[in-house]
Amino acid sequence: MKKILERIYLAIILIFMYAPIFTLIVLSFNSSKSRAKWGGFTLKWYTQLLSDEAVASALFNTLAIAILSTIFATIIGTFTCIAMIGLSAKVRSILMGITNIPMINADIVTGISLMLLFRFLHIGSGFGTILLAHITFNIPFVMLSVMPRVKNINFYVYEAALDLGASRSYAFFKTILPDIVPGIVSGALMAFTMSLDDFIITYFTKGSGFETLSTLIYNEVKRGIQPEIYALSAIIFIVVLALLFISYRAPMSKAKDN
Amino acid sequence: MGKDLITLEHISKSYDGQLILDDLNLSIYENSFVTLLGPSGCGKTTTLRIIGGFEMPDQGRVIFHGQDITKLSPNKRQLNTVFQKYALFTHMTIAENIAFGLKIKNKSASYIKDKVKYALKLVNLEGFENRMPDSLSGGQQQRIAIARAIVNEPKVLLLDEPLGALDLKMRQDMQYELKRLKEELGITFIFVTHDQEEALTMSDHIVVMNQGYIQQEGSPEKIYNEPENAFVADFIGDSNIIRSTMIRDELVEILGAKFACVDKGFGENKPVDVVIRPEDVELVAPENGTIKGIVTDLTFKGVHYEMDVQANGYEWLVHSTKLSPVGSKVGIKVDPFNIQIMNVPASMDEEAISETV
Repeated sequence: MKKILERIYLAIILIFMYAPIFTLIVLSFNSSKSRAKWGGFTLKWYTQLLSDEAVASALFNTLAIAILSTIFATIIGTFTCIAMIGLSAKVRSILMGITNIPMINADIVTGISLMLLFRFLHIGSGFGTILLAHITFNIPFVMLSVMPRVKNINFYVYEAALDLGASRSYAFFKTILPDIVPGIVSGALMAFTMSLDDFIITYFTKGSGFETLSTLIYNEVKRGIQPEIYALSAIIFIVVLALLFISYRAPMSKAKDN
Repeated sequence: MGKDLITLEHISKSYDGQLILDDLNLSIYENSFVTLLGPSGCGKTTTLRIIGGFEMPDQGRVIFHGQDITKLSPNKRQLNTVFQKYALFTHMTIAENIAFGLKIKNKSASYIKDKVKYALKLVNLEGFENRMPDSLSGGQQQRIAIARAIVNEPKVLLLDEPLGALDLKMRQDMQYELKRLKEELGITFIFVTHDQEEALTMSDHIVVMNQGYIQQEGSPEKIYNEPENAFVADFIGDSNIIRSTMIRDELVEILGAKFACVDKGFGENKPVDVVIRPEDVELVAPENGTIKGIVTDLTFKGVHYEMDVQANGYEWLVHSTKLSPVGSKVGIKVDPFNIQIMNVPASMDEEAISETV
């Protein structure tokens, strides 16, 4: 009896979480424009979506920003973590606290303050400002996932490599880097997803005439929702889901090899 | 003794204003098994790390084969280290771990393969090439760490408490293994430990350290039988250390009774410290003893009995294969050769510095 109740409870939670997305995905295949009526299965919203130039350019912008901001944030975040090894535990925890603030901070505050900063510095809004903003909010996510790995570095292994004749850089790439790579990979994936689905900060830093997928969807919605948007949202959901799946699987399969 | 291989000259080192090593001088001979022995914080590991190149001394020089290598980085030194926590490369196979140094030296694949095989045979782990370090026990990991170091044919192998993390049985096995390896390879081993038994079992030469100073160095027998000061006597095995008076040459007054001894040159009626090993205290019939006492405690230790004997206000520690029950009256006798006389240090500082011969 208890077991059955547990199952039902779990089912309810899953339904609440996934029913809206499931509805969206179903509607993206609905040939009728109505949200209430099933007009038969179709892929036309998907084909329309792919031929839509505005969507194509927004998709390109989104991916370009996600990829570039991930690369920059991963490099900066990783090196920051490594550099922080030399600090005392107290200073390090204070610094980690400071870098965590943008993560906890409301997106709208971060967005508005970045917008104000860019205005103040007379940096023209567009691709560059969004990229800077995304790098900024991605760095803490990278650090959050790299830091625990860095803390557990076994420096004797680095010394052992030196002892066996390795140069400092060779020893770093052969011993320290492999130990922190899982942290870097999961940090990069997290940064990529964060950048991909960010709306608020992008909205405030983008300026006019530049759209990413999320701002494009927002604009479309204001004009009345087109089923193409369902198709687009469904694709975004699937991509994010796939990334999450990879980021969970990656460290696990590595562990299994060992 | 052989030729000097490594010489440390006037080495000083401090961390955060705390002096770890103070004007340390040490010569290490070719093809010897040298142990740096001392309690934690005595500077033994720092000394090893300075030889390995992982620490730079504040003052002094490290001479290797007549060349000053003080500022040479670890990867340029002709010596290899076995670290306390094994420090294996966990993402590489055993073969890749052992081949690490050889690959850097651009050795041919067939040479590397042979060497890896030879090294695994040497440490009794044949066929482990494709295992991962995590799947090995602590003792096996330490053997791999040794194999990884010796394939590079170093002139000197540095071992930083390599057996510290192993259980007792494994540790004893590894002691013999290391001794055998040393004989087979014919190279110099510098071994760091805080375990006096380990030091006595394996070494040709022991360097006892405390508070950044060398307290005494010499063969295990010399260190054990003729400790030069109370620290060494106390640290190496159990001892009875008794403040006494040297009446004249070859006669010492211990706890009010006169004992014949063999030491000379301490002057007349001078305070001295006397060291008597527990196994050198003979228990005899009360009337035959130099002093009389009562057995207060008895423990069976396997090879011998350990007894506490209260005599003339001092509790003597006695090891004997003959049992004297608690409460029995006994006499204490000590052979003159087994009484070791040491100068009394004038101050704490002198105790630490006590010159070595």
